[in-house]
Amino acid sequence: MAQITHVSRRQFIQSTGLGAVLVLGAQIRQNSIFAVARAQSATSVQPNLFVSIDSDGTVTITCSRSEMGQGVRTGIPMILADELEADWSRVKIWQAPGDETKYDPAGKDGQNTDGSRSTRHHFEIMRELGASARNLLERAAAEEWGVDASEVYTKHHRLYHTSSGRSFDFGELVDAAANLSLPTGGNAPAPRLKHPSEWKYIGKDLPVVDNFDMSTGGAVYGADVSLPGMKIAVIARSPVYRGRVRSFDATEALQVSGVEQVIEIPAMADDTPTEFRALGGVAVIGTNTWSVMEGRSKLEIEWDDGPFTAHDSSTFDDALRESARRGGSVIRRRGDVDEALSTADSVVESEYFVPYLVHTPMEPPVALVDATARPVQVWAATQAPNETRQYVAEALGLEKTDVECHITLLGGSFGRKSKPDFACEAAILSEAVGAPVRVQWTREDEVRNGYYHAASAQYIKAGLDASGNVTAWHHSAAWPSLMALWAPDVKAASTLEAGLGLIDLPYNNIPNLQIETGEADAMIRVGWYRSVNNIQHAFATNCFVNELAAAADRDPLEFMLGLIGDADEMDLTEDGVEEIWNYGDSIDDWPIMPKRLSNVLRTVAQKSGYGKQMADGHGLGLACHRSFHSYVATAVHVVVRDNGSLHVPQVDVAIDCGRYVNPEGVRKQIEGAVVFGHTIARHGKITTSRGVVEQSNFHDYPLTRIGDTPLDVRVEIVDDYVHLRSCGVGEPGVPPYAPALANAIFAATGKRHRALPLTDDAISI
Amino acid sequence: MVPLTVNGVSHEFDGDPNMPILWYLRDELGLAGTKFGCGMALCGACTVHIDGRAIRACVTPVSAADSKEVTTIEGLDPDGNHPVQRAWRSHNVPQCGYCQSGQIMQAASLLAENPAPSDEEVIDGMQGNICRCGTYQRIFAAVRTAASEV
Repeated sequence: MAQITHVSRRQFIQSTGLGAVLVLGAQIRQNSIFAVARAQSATSVQPNLFVSIDSDGTVTITCSRSEMGQGVRTGIPMILADELEADWSRVKIWQAPGDETKYDPAGKDGQNTDGSRSTRHHFEIMRELGASARNLLERAAAEEWGVDASEVYTKHHRLYHTSSGRSFDFGELVDAAANLSLPTGGNAPAPRLKHPSEWKYIGKDLPVVDNFDMSTGGAVYGADVSLPGMKIAVIARSPVYRGRVRSFDATEALQVSGVEQVIEIPAMADDTPTEFRALGGVAVIGTNTWSVMEGRSKLEIEWDDGPFTAHDSSTFDDALRESARRGGSVIRRRGDVDEALSTADSVVESEYFVPYLVHTPMEPPVALVDATARPVQVWAATQAPNETRQYVAEALGLEKTDVECHITLLGGSFGRKSKPDFACEAAILSEAVGAPVRVQWTREDEVRNGYYHAASAQYIKAGLDASGNVTAWHHSAAWPSLMALWAPDVKAASTLEAGLGLIDLPYNNIPNLQIETGEADAMIRVGWYRSVNNIQHAFATNCFVNELAAAADRDPLEFMLGLIGDADEMDLTEDGVEEIWNYGDSIDDWPIMPKRLSNVLRTVAQKSGYGKQMADGHGLGLACHRSFHSYVATAVHVVVRDNGSLHVPQVDVAIDCGRYVNPEGVRKQIEGAVVFGHTIARHGKITTSRGVVEQSNFHDYPLTRIGDTPLDVRVEIVDDYVHLRSCGVGEPGVPPYAPALANAIFAATGKRHRALPLTDDAISI
Repeated sequence: MVPLTVNGVSHEFDGDPNMPILWYLRDELGLAGTKFGCGMALCGACTVHIDGRAIRACVTPVSAADSKEVTTIEGLDPDGNHPVQRAWRSHNVPQCGYCQSGQIMQAASLLAENPAPSDEEVIDGMQGNICRCGTYQRIFAAVRTAASEV
């Protein structure tokens, strides 16, 4: 581990040009993260960009990730605090602005908080940063005492001299540490990291640092930042994707008290990819959110609907189904499925469908931009502060370095706030009116003009031999690709999306496999949504394997375990896969490990009491899935009533996420993922008619409420592989829920459901 | 002119009396703890109290608070230590936290009216408040805990 650490550290220093950065060392937070500080001020020392220590002993740890409910402002600083031997009660968190040259210490994700990767990409570097700061304090104490640094150790915010028992609080060493010489970059010895047995916070439950603010109204979200002279805007956008304003009349809108201006934001040129750019529309600007909403409702706009009026669920969904049956692009092949199917004792085939979904974070997108300032100032609820800077700069004809982005708390996000179109809108309007502008999206805006989880169809055909063994699995899927944001004409599935639970189909013991994708048109903004394509892939594979178990007259648990097996690793290159996305990470560092999937499945079966006698109308369903390198198995106990209404008295989830930091945070994410999965399973459905999204708010796009949610969710964090690298937690709990519920409904009723959502009408007996 | 009290402070509102209380609180008074979620009384993020009872501030006009006492999350308890707030923290309820002001105000109103609610009454009482992060299990437990202390 030390060697790996050392390499990554050197790479970072090379990538940021340590020597040049040191010149800036006297400016607060301007030095390289590994530069030991000189006196930053009379009262504090900053060992590196991620920690500073005040003379009263307060330790301030930098959080460079966006908090959207996943607990990152607690989890990542915990790692550093642990290695520093800080007292958590004396730690404060400082939210870094967007600047990947300083605040992306692992150099892996440009400060984009997505892909469930914060912990796995920061675990080692945060330890190093904490250890290097501790090392600095130990050297300072050694100098003060005139002893060798090897005689000094750190414990709970104090430095101790081993033989004399003398000690200093961190705060007492600020001056001495500030006067220490700088280490010599990559040649500096790596400070000793604590042994896991010495950890005081990693692996222990901690409440989130924002708990008090979040329970008292003091937490600051995107719409809670105000600037003097600020204006507020809402925007009428084309009901059809890539439509544009033909003409508008703002006479009545301008008569609304509080409305000051109505401004058109031009639509993108026809040949400009959508990416995260402003969609265009008519903005109503004023002093009060209600005023501008009222004003917007009085706009008369004639739209040119643009090229996507043929996007209609009544035909688009069938086109996806046909494309899935056609397939065409083979992405994984083992053996010969055609031959195996032709000689199979029986063949089972099914088709699955998952509709478009939209994020619906409780806080709709919102951003405040002051384009009159230099650098331009952005305050946004954003997962991607540097892409926000990039797209805002482009919108204003500036350079990215001309834009600063401050990150507020995100009132939920689930992928939506990775896409900073809303900040571009605010920037354009701020420049136009010459004042800071907050753009507020309404719920209707968010539902109708969103980035949508891709609708998808899948077709699977499998062969069984006379003993009920699966001899062939032929799986084909079609969905509009999110890559169309950048390449509008793209029809083929991307390696990234296929890597989300399709190409890595876990049934490693099937001798003949063929996985392929069909083409689809992207006729709307397709974008990633919590756990992304894993949702539909986990749904289809787990439901279909359950169908096969029934066809083979075998118990589903035993059947699944037999197909997954207990191999150490599954090597996709053996099946002709040349490019595996693997969540952006090396397959050597995060291999696909069937034994871990089987392990969580066995665990959840045991915890849930799988196999016990169930009363009539009750069923227990299982599903398991690897995503974001984590292994999750879910057991849903359902009670189905005759009218199709159902109740979920208990859910058990087992997660193996490798090395975890805050188990309470893991539990919370899994509990939430179950509810998120329940919404997908029971409610989520976006449809279009003549290109227009037909839903608008929570009456026609309902979310799970306390009355229909599972209220007894039991999370088992499986420790067997805790010594391995950290894996994702925010997303992996989502995919197995819907198939576990569908399989439970089958166990309770004998009815199969192959399309989401599983509405009462569909389920009624 | 609409006279009203917000968190114990008297105000005279001289704007359009049809303005929803939410936007008066947020945009005029700078009380940002009350949140906008849907604008249609469908999610409960904007829940505040009028004379102690929970209302949805996104659809309730300022005129409905004429000569009444509006309480927001900022005014629920001077130290943020209302039993519901304490219970929320002890159960580590919040994830993103955005809906929690409304959840807490709803729960406080529920318990003020019914200090010993049954499980069904807790669910009925909290049914109008959506939490997209899915903290319902902890919300339920926190309301039960708070009920034992109110």
